[in-house]
Order: sequence, then structure tokens, then C-alpha cells
Amino acid sequence: MTDIRNFTLNFGPQHPAAHGVLRLVLEMDGEVILKADPHIGLLHRATEKLAESKPYNQTIGYMDRLDYVSMMCNEHGYVLAIEKLMGITPPIRAQYIRVMFDEVTRLLNHLMWLGTHGLDIGAMTIFLYCFREREDLMDCYEAVSGTRMHATYYRPGGVYRDLPEEMPRFSRVEKIRNEKEVKRLNMNREGSMLDFLESFCERFPARVDEYETLLTDNRIWKQRTVNIGVVSPERAMQLGFTGPMLRGSGVEWDLRKKQPYEVYDRVEFDIPVGVNGDCYDRYLVRVEEMRQSNQIIRQCITWLREHPGPVMISDQKVVPPTRVEMKDDMESLIHHFKLFTEGYCVPEGEAYAAIEHPKGEFGVYLISDGANKPYRVKIRAPGFAHLSSMSEMVTGHMLADVVAIIGTQDIVFGEIDR
Amino acid sequence: MSKKTVSLIDNAEQKFGDRILRIESSTGEAVFEVEPENLLDVCQVLRDEDPFSFDTLIDVCGVDYLHYGSIEWQTNEATDSGFSRGVDSSTGAELRKVKTRYQPPRRFAVVYHLLSVERNHRLRLRSFPRDEVTPVIDSVYPIWNSADWFEREAFDLFGILFDGHPDLRRILTDYGFIGHPFRKDFPLIGNVEVRYDPELGRVAYEPVSIEPRTLVPKVIRHDDRFASLREKEQRDD
Repeated sequence: MTDIRNFTLNFGPQHPAAHGVLRLVLEMDGEVILKADPHIGLLHRATEKLAESKPYNQTIGYMDRLDYVSMMCNEHGYVLAIEKLMGITPPIRAQYIRVMFDEVTRLLNHLMWLGTHGLDIGAMTIFLYCFREREDLMDCYEAVSGTRMHATYYRPGGVYRDLPEEMPRFSRVEKIRNEKEVKRLNMNREGSMLDFLESFCERFPARVDEYETLLTDNRIWKQRTVNIGVVSPERAMQLGFTGPMLRGSGVEWDLRKKQPYEVYDRVEFDIPVGVNGDCYDRYLVRVEEMRQSNQIIRQCITWLREHPGPVMISDQKVVPPTRVEMKDDMESLIHHFKLFTEGYCVPEGEAYAAIEHPKGEFGVYLISDGANKPYRVKIRAPGFAHLSSMSEMVTGHMLADVVAIIGTQDIVFGEIDR
Repeated sequence: MSKKTVSLIDNAEQKFGDRILRIESSTGEAVFEVEPENLLDVCQVLRDEDPFSFDTLIDVCGVDYLHYGSIEWQTNEATDSGFSRGVDSSTGAELRKVKTRYQPPRRFAVVYHLLSVERNHRLRLRSFPRDEVTPVIDSVYPIWNSADWFEREAFDLFGILFDGHPDLRRILTDYGFIGHPFRKDFPLIGNVEVRYDPELGRVAYEPVSIEPRTLVPKVIRHDDRFASLREKEQRDD
């Protein structure tokens, strides 16, 4: 009799459906997976160790590079931990701006997720649709911080600067962009950034309807996602799931509601919850979250329009003085010099701050021994816990379902490898 | 501190007595230290019994307290090293230790962050493995399965061994990596560098050729702004 053996398949780390640098060693019986062993760390940059070697504020930029599709949310977790330890609270306007940009970030993340997840399991159009909307949100990032992705916009004590009164406009007429096209691109950019974002919020629900027309009742989509990667609520908690992964399994848990931070207790929104805990339910949860985020952004826009004010605390031991102040005030010059050469000292202690990141609970555990650098920073990335359940979720499924499950876990290697 | 946290702390102290040690927290969090021998018993109760019901283990991380409270530039008195604030590591300049409020009993610690979805509260548990050369602690994997990769990470980065872990391998560092990079005595720039050697036709490992630099020295300043914070804590004590 011939000897029948299982064989081992190496998936990634260059495979386009591996969402970055995931290397999966799959033990297979024919096309059925018996065991999966994810190898991670190919993008490990020791962010936490680097943070220990530099003043607090210099690490904010590293946070953007963790989960590089939801930049400001990472910053938020880190900044919140510092603020908790120092006992400072940002002005209310800064809190609204943070909430607004957290939700913009959530949209960015979910659009990216929906586009690539769709592409992975055979839907091409959705990818192009999602990236069209992402572009507008990226422009908001750029208007407020100067960069499309790595914003470094949140600072301990508030946000770096107030929302711009003017939205940057396209001006150049080029070979590929005639006058009519430039006019169309500038259509919503006549007013402030808030006007631009509001016009986006008005069109966005219809766009989500478009996505749903493409996917929700699509036979192929359902065949690829329904009953794939089912996780029971008990297992989900046991495995440390948070965010949409936990809600997809039917557990009503959202830090924005349960342990509200900033002004989430002042805005109205609902938490969508799944029933079956499969890929399809998690898809529905995330799509509904996009609609809810849109609602939150609208409420923030209304509030921000009516309430001008400071966006940063005025304590110059933490926050650098403005350039103007610095140029004609000795005291401010000293503060500026000290802050940029040495940074500020954070009182001894430890804090854990968690936020509802688009992927789940993003927590930063900070230990300070009273110095100008953190003693230890531990980043609790939601994707890390999710990916560790990979073996359990794919066992018994076909090879093609691995791709669906990687997609549904919303894996981004920047945060997993740190 | 919120009412919820206060009652959680009271319940825990009542339940465990001297098996746990409460740590003051300036941020209003529930923090306890537990000896490694009692860790599993305490965790089992924290998960299963009602006033706690910590159904989720959010995070496990290692901490190396070797340089806790050590500074590279003293601030309170006149400096004995001239005006330069540069840190010259080649001379092997000693780090200066200043007095800290928290005194870690041993070098390595494992910190567990627990969350109860059911009761909506959090707790932090810290345990110091007995041995400082080869730190060993019981694995909480049987209690919370999410500990799997978190413990592998702590093993990889700090060299803390988890007794009873089903598959304790390195996770984040390279295949065949030597050392535990997040220990405080592991240099930031590492020990080896890699390059492609066209003659050998493979990747070659060599000792690092760059020198470590400290751009901003570590200082500890006792800031008066937090005096009120400290006073409040002392009153609470």
C-alpha cells in the first residue's frame, strides 16, 4: 500500500493575499487544513525599545507607523496614556477633533479592509470604489496635518493645530487633467475643511449602499464568507478578541460605549453586533460601523462649527509655546529650548490606556520612572491576539478559506510585529 | 478612583488576603502584585468567581526593572562631568541611580492586564519570577488561551520562561536570533548586522560596525507641578 502523508505548504511572506509579511506554514491533508503555524516578526522594528530611548513626544511619529492604515487611532492610544499619567486633560474642542478624526480613521481603515478583503476573495470593483472614498479622507488628513498618512497630529495636551479655514485646492491644469476636471475636483473645496468633510458625509451613506449592492446579497460573496471561520462568543473572549471580531460573535462590547474616553459619551451612535460569528457577520458589522462613524463625524462637525476655542492646553511645561511668543519672550524661549532638547518629565507611575481602535482594543501600557523618556512602553495590538487564533479558525477549512479568514481578521503587520 | 474600582479592590483584598499585595496607582487603576507561587490559583479565581469574572486576558508583557530610576545626567546638584551632556558609552560611564517611590523587588516582572466584559472592569496583576538569571513563571495559558502568543513574545524579548506553555518558541525575532533584545542590558543597536555577501552567495552576519549614540540623555526631574499629585497620594496612604 502506498504511504499517504500530509504535506506542508508554505504560504507567504510575499503572497499578495498575506496582507503584508505573514508567513503561514500550513499542514494539509489534500486541500483541507489540519494545522496552521503563522510565522510573524518579519516587520519587527522594536518600536517599544526605540521608544525607551527617546523623549515622549518623539515616539508619536512611530505610532503612526504601527497600524499604517489607522494612523491617528494609534497616536490616540499613546497620547492618552501619557495624559493619564500626567493628569492633564485636553480642551474640549481638542477632544471633539480627536473623536472626529478617530472616526475618519475608522472609515479609512474599514474602507481599506473592505477593498482588499473583497479583492482577495474575488470582488474587483469594490476595491476601486473604496479607494475612491479613501482619497477624500486622506485629503482631510493632509489638510489638518500636512501629510496623507503619518500625521503626528495628536499631542499630549490636545492636537497640534486647529482645523484649517481653507481646504487646499487643485490648481494645475496638466496633460492628464484639463480645466473641467480641475473644476470638478475643486467642487467641494471652496469652504473650510469642515465643509469638505461634511459634503463627504452627505455622499458617503449612498456610497455604502453601493458597496452593499455589490456584496451583501451577492451569491459568490456569501459562498465565500457565510459559515467560514465561525467563532463562538465564549471562544472569542477566551482568545482575547476585541472590536469587530468580538462583536461579530455576538458580544456587545465597544470601549466607546462601555468605557468612554474623550467625548464619546456625548455623541450618539449604535453598536452593531453579529449573530453567527462567521466572516459574513463580521463583514456586516464593519459595514454598519462605517455608517455609525459617519453619524459621529456629522455630530462632531456640528459641534465644532459652533464652539471655537483652544485645541491645546496652555501649560508650557508640556506644550511648546507658539513661534510668535517664542520670538519676543525670554521665558517662552527657555521653555521651547527645554522641550525640544530634553522633553518633559512624566511623574513616576504606570498607566494603561485603551481605545476602540478600528481593529479592536488598542492599548498602551506605559511605565515611567519619572524621567523624560518612558521606562517601558508596551503596545497591545488587537491584530496580535486575533492572528494568534489563526490556527484554530482555519482548521478544517479549505486552502482558499485561509485567504478569507486572513481578510476577516483585518491583519496589518505594522501593528502585529511592532 | 471610581466606585467600581474601589469595590473591585475591596473584593480582591477580602478574597485573597495576604496572597496579593495592593499597589498604589496614581491613575486610579486596580493594581496588585502576586508571588509567582500563587499566580495560577489567583488567576483561576479571578476568572471563575463572580465579583471578578475576568473573562478576557487583554495582555501579558515582560518588564525588565534593571535600570529603573537610573539616569544619565544628574539635575539636582552641580554636575561633576563638566558642561557636556553627551553620554559617552565607550568609557563605560556608570548610570546613576536616584531614589524612586516604587521599589521593584526583583529584576524581571510579568504584567497581566485583565478585562471583564461581563462586569466591565479591569485589573492589572504583576508577578516577579524568583530567579533573576533564568526567570521562570507558570504559564496562564490553561486559564486564558490568549496568553499563547503574549507569553511567547515575553519569552522572546525578555527570556522569561513560562512553565506549562504548550509551544514556547521565539516569535518576533529572526530565526536563529541570539539574546533577548528588550532586556535593558541589550544594546539598542543590537549585536550583529547582516549584509549580502556576493562571494559567499548568501547573507553574512557580522558584529555591528556602528557605535551607539544617545541623542537625549535620560534625566529625572522632580517637577513641582506634580507636587499636588504626590501630596494627594501621600494623604491617601
